[in-house]
Amino acid sequence: MTPALSAAPFAEVGYFEPWWIQILKSLVLFFVVFNLVPLALLGERKLLGRLQHRYGPNRVGPYGSLQAMADIGKLVFKEQFRPRTSIGWLFSLAPVIAMVCAVATMAVIPFSDTVDIFGTQVGLYGIDTDIGILYAFAFGGIAFYGLMLGGWASGSKYSFLGAMRAAAQLISYEVSQGLALVGVIMMAGTLSLTEIVEYQQNTLWFIIPQFVGFLIFLVSGFAETNRAPFDLAEADAELIGGYNTEYGGGRFAAFFAAEYLNMVVVSGLTVTLFLGGWNIPFWNDAPTFLDPIVVIVKMLGFLLFFIWVRGTLPRLRYDQLMSFGWKVLLPLATLNALVTAIIVVAVNES
Amino acid sequence: MSLQEQQSRWDPGDDVIAVQRGPNPGGAGGAYRAFGETLRGLKTTFARLVEGPKTIQYPEEKTPVFPRFRGRHRLHRFEDSGLEKCVGCSLCAAACPADCIRVVAAENTPDNRVSAGERYAAVYEINLSRCIFCGYCQVACPFDAITMGHDYEMSDYNRSDLIFTKEMLLAEPLERTPLRTPEDIGR
Repeated sequence: MTPALSAAPFAEVGYFEPWWIQILKSLVLFFVVFNLVPLALLGERKLLGRLQHRYGPNRVGPYGSLQAMADIGKLVFKEQFRPRTSIGWLFSLAPVIAMVCAVATMAVIPFSDTVDIFGTQVGLYGIDTDIGILYAFAFGGIAFYGLMLGGWASGSKYSFLGAMRAAAQLISYEVSQGLALVGVIMMAGTLSLTEIVEYQQNTLWFIIPQFVGFLIFLVSGFAETNRAPFDLAEADAELIGGYNTEYGGGRFAAFFAAEYLNMVVVSGLTVTLFLGGWNIPFWNDAPTFLDPIVVIVKMLGFLLFFIWVRGTLPRLRYDQLMSFGWKVLLPLATLNALVTAIIVVAVNES
Repeated sequence: MSLQEQQSRWDPGDDVIAVQRGPNPGGAGGAYRAFGETLRGLKTTFARLVEGPKTIQYPEEKTPVFPRFRGRHRLHRFEDSGLEKCVGCSLCAAACPADCIRVVAAENTPDNRVSAGERYAAVYEINLSRCIFCGYCQVACPFDAITMGHDYEMSDYNRSDLIFTKEMLLAEPLERTPLRTPEDIGR
């Protein structure tokens, strides 16, 4: 869709904006996404309370709206503590990796197509690469180094156990998550997220033809973000805090923010890949300024669903987690990909 | 009759409730049933969301107490004459299982008439950090001079502040605790 400026050998990146627009839009994107973190935090605590006949935080600010900010402020101003057994530079680096990966994935999620802002063509996304999905998965893969190094560098057995669990879990579920998307990629014929959304605009949202893929992607998404019922990596009851047991203050805040950012990212990916991104059903000529709002509303819906599930399901046992990932999700995802492939070929042949 | 026969003859009737078993783990069927159960769980929690919170926001909102709730003690005066009902007989102190009441009696004189009887309590102290709120003092008192009030917010910073003197017990307490209405009780 976008003219490539140079013949890139591996991936075409649609850079057509002036450099200052790129900086500006990455700042805006960062601002919006980062503000979703305290919102998700507060929403989680409030909604979780309501699901349990409680109010949730309601003391700080009107209706407790400043609770998340108060928590973050408290964490940031705490002492930077480091255990004697830890490996210093890795210990400091791990939260940074977790954070950077979470933010970087956000760059490929499109909030709208190219729009005309004051006479300048601007794409409302960080970047639009030919390999959008691969990019997201690559950063998802690197993000696990954040947890792994964090747990290992802490020099604590609980952290290490949590990190090992997180590693095994992320690897197992990344496989089925990737396979679940193969159906989508085959139908759309592209890896670029904006083009996938455009495909859905022209035909159907992928949630209907790829419902099984959607379910698998969603469940794997829960596992990828280490959220209940797949929060084995944290497992407060068994491992104290998992990989971030030894972390406190700002570093813990960074891990925490990365976790919530991952939630936002997975919601964004789900919305983009399966729920038609910025499309509104039965209203194809919606004004452009609605597009980012539509995406954010859909994302918030998914965030609420994440919290709802957390309030409902108990944590899986470790062997259940593994057998579910390998014996149920992976064969289902493979089957889904196979069936989709057959149907796509059959439709294209006829 | 053998044990086996006994067991086979025994008919539990309606006492036995069929056990609801969870989905069998593993396999496609298990996954399918687990999916259904997940949806059921989501419905359950959503119903809780619709019902709304049941929390009582404590400092602003308090659970109403029953009329016979045994809270902090009160000493009483006669309403007409304003004389204290307590005559310093120390029966309450004798009845107290926690030994938290201290009474020192003194004689009433014509120009210093404190109570309606011959003597009055010159010192009447209740150590509320020891009191177990059993209400035996109230039962023991022959003149209904001491009763248990409704106040239960008695935390303090020092143990010595929890020793309530006669003046504190006689003072008309701030009614800080809502009382249950008959409708509440009937509920």
